Amino acid sequence: MSVATRSVGRSVASHAILLTYATIALFPVILILINSVKSRKAIFRSPLSLPDAETFSMVGYETVMKQGDFLLYFQNSLVVTVVSLFCVLLFGAMAAFALSEYRFRGNSLMALYLALGIMIPIRLGTVAILQLMVATGLVNTLTALVLVYTAQGLPLAVFILSEFMNQVSKDLKNAGRIDGLSEYRIFFRLVVPLVRPALATVAIFTMIPIWNDLWFPLILAPAEETKTVTLGAQVFIGQFVTNWNAVLAALSLSMVPVLILYMIFSRQLISGLTAGAVK
Amino acid sequence: MSLNPSQTQQRSSPPKPARRVGFRLHILVFLAPAVLVYTAIMILPLFGTMQLSLFQEVDNSRVFVGLDNFRKLLGDPRLSATFWNALSNNAWFFVVHMLVQNPIGILLAAILSNPRLRFRSVYRTAIFVPTILSFVIVGFVWKLILSPLWGVAPDLLEMAGLKSLFKPWLGKEAYALTTLSLISVWQFIGIPMMLIYAALISIPEEILEAAECDGITGMRQFWKIKLPLILPSIGIISVLTFVGNFNAFDLIYVSQGALAGPDYSTDILGTFLYRTFFGFQLQLGDPHLGATIASMMFLVILIGVCIYLFVIQRRLRRYEF
Repeated sequence: MSVATRSVGRSVASHAILLTYATIALFPVILILINSVKSRKAIFRSPLSLPDAETFSMVGYETVMKQGDFLLYFQNSLVVTVVSLFCVLLFGAMAAFALSEYRFRGNSLMALYLALGIMIPIRLGTVAILQLMVATGLVNTLTALVLVYTAQGLPLAVFILSEFMNQVSKDLKNAGRIDGLSEYRIFFRLVVPLVRPALATVAIFTMIPIWNDLWFPLILAPAEETKTVTLGAQVFIGQFVTNWNAVLAALSLSMVPVLILYMIFSRQLISGLTAGAVK
Repeated sequence: MSLNPSQTQQRSSPPKPARRVGFRLHILVFLAPAVLVYTAIMILPLFGTMQLSLFQEVDNSRVFVGLDNFRKLLGDPRLSATFWNALSNNAWFFVVHMLVQNPIGILLAAILSNPRLRFRSVYRTAIFVPTILSFVIVGFVWKLILSPLWGVAPDLLEMAGLKSLFKPWLGKEAYALTTLSLISVWQFIGIPMMLIYAALISIPEEILEAAECDGITGMRQFWKIKLPLILPSIGIISVLTFVGNFNAFDLIYVSQGALAGPDYSTDILGTFLYRTFFGFQLQLGDPHLGATIASMMFLVILIGVCIYLFVIQRRLRRYEF
């Protein structure tokens, strides 16, 4: 009986801790969302209450829609993120496979070289990158951003994926070789499906800094037609800093698409993680 | 799987003797795209920047000055004071992350990894939400919440009967840096949580069953069995936190501006670099001195990473399942 009581107690404690932390994590987000649809007076008078018929107001969103081109910004962010992510995962997995699978001269040197990028932020080279983009005529194009983000994401992707690829059974790969599979096939048919959970994890970790980056869009692609959501929101908030309705609406608008994307993606991540655990 | 495609693949791969000599084309093919993009966009510009730190602009022409910029950074009383202030603030920023973010992350992951727990995915999804938000959003949201003007934070404290504790945390020199560190912890806690969670659920069932047979359960099982198995993941998280913290810039920039107020109390290496590099207010930007600071940041990060690679990682035992 004492065991049963203890496990009930532990389960209550678990839920209490998780619930507390989940509240801390979500409170600011919810606060912004509910206040973005309230009138200016209600925002200040009772920030913690839900909007009702009297305090409901979409005036902030109207301002944002009139002033900013958020749909275009969103599209730019989406293109940059998806293309960079694809390049990082493909190139990263290929390099990680080469490093973890084959013994060749310079292997550990190459691994160290690629891992260097985890330590050094790509931002330290900003001025030289800007010079390079100017020289190649890529300033104010989304291609410039994709290139920078691919380079930025690769080191960590290679590092994490090599760790995971080391765990793929050698016997399985050798069985593949005996069956006459080429190295390319072993990679795409055997190894990639086995490290899919790791790919999902890398994808999330790569995607977040790309989507949220302010620095490179500001420096490499500040033109109106190449602005990303993050930059668009930053500029907008800077201009409307005293208009609380508009600021809250702009914050909500830049938050909601990511939240939706994340909800879709997190299912994938979770099922990937659980599949990886079964092995 | 049909045999035909694999046979054609076989033919297109390098012939056997070539393999024996040691040149294997597929290794090159696997490595080339990553190495090319990485070298051209990341490594070469980084070296370009490092190179700038050895030059100075004199009469509109670039002159090689050796280590003079470094002497200036560490010798000039005003510059060196700012530099050491930024470095120590940055160290505190990192300490707060290690003491708050990682233990809480491990605790949450440990609770979540219990397979009998209900609503696991709901909690996991909720706790990871701040991590996906941009610095622009996080900075503004917390500025609004902590603003005495709006009064959300005082109101909340009043509910708990602690209203007297409220201070304009972001505006006070004594609290601003710690407050920002905690905001950053709030934002990034999802990363250690997810990594540890993935490590915990990939511990094979047999090991845990064997432990249970020996009567090792609950907290003891976590300390004696699970923790040693996830130590390599904790090592990776620590080094990622270190690197991330010493590169930090955005959150401070978005919430306190490039001047990292009040009175430089939240100035870290990233904001110091930005101000020096691009200039602020009346001071002109100095790319060469900026590159010098960038090189110093590189050095700090290099030392930290070497400690991890050569001291900590060597001592961690890896287990293969």
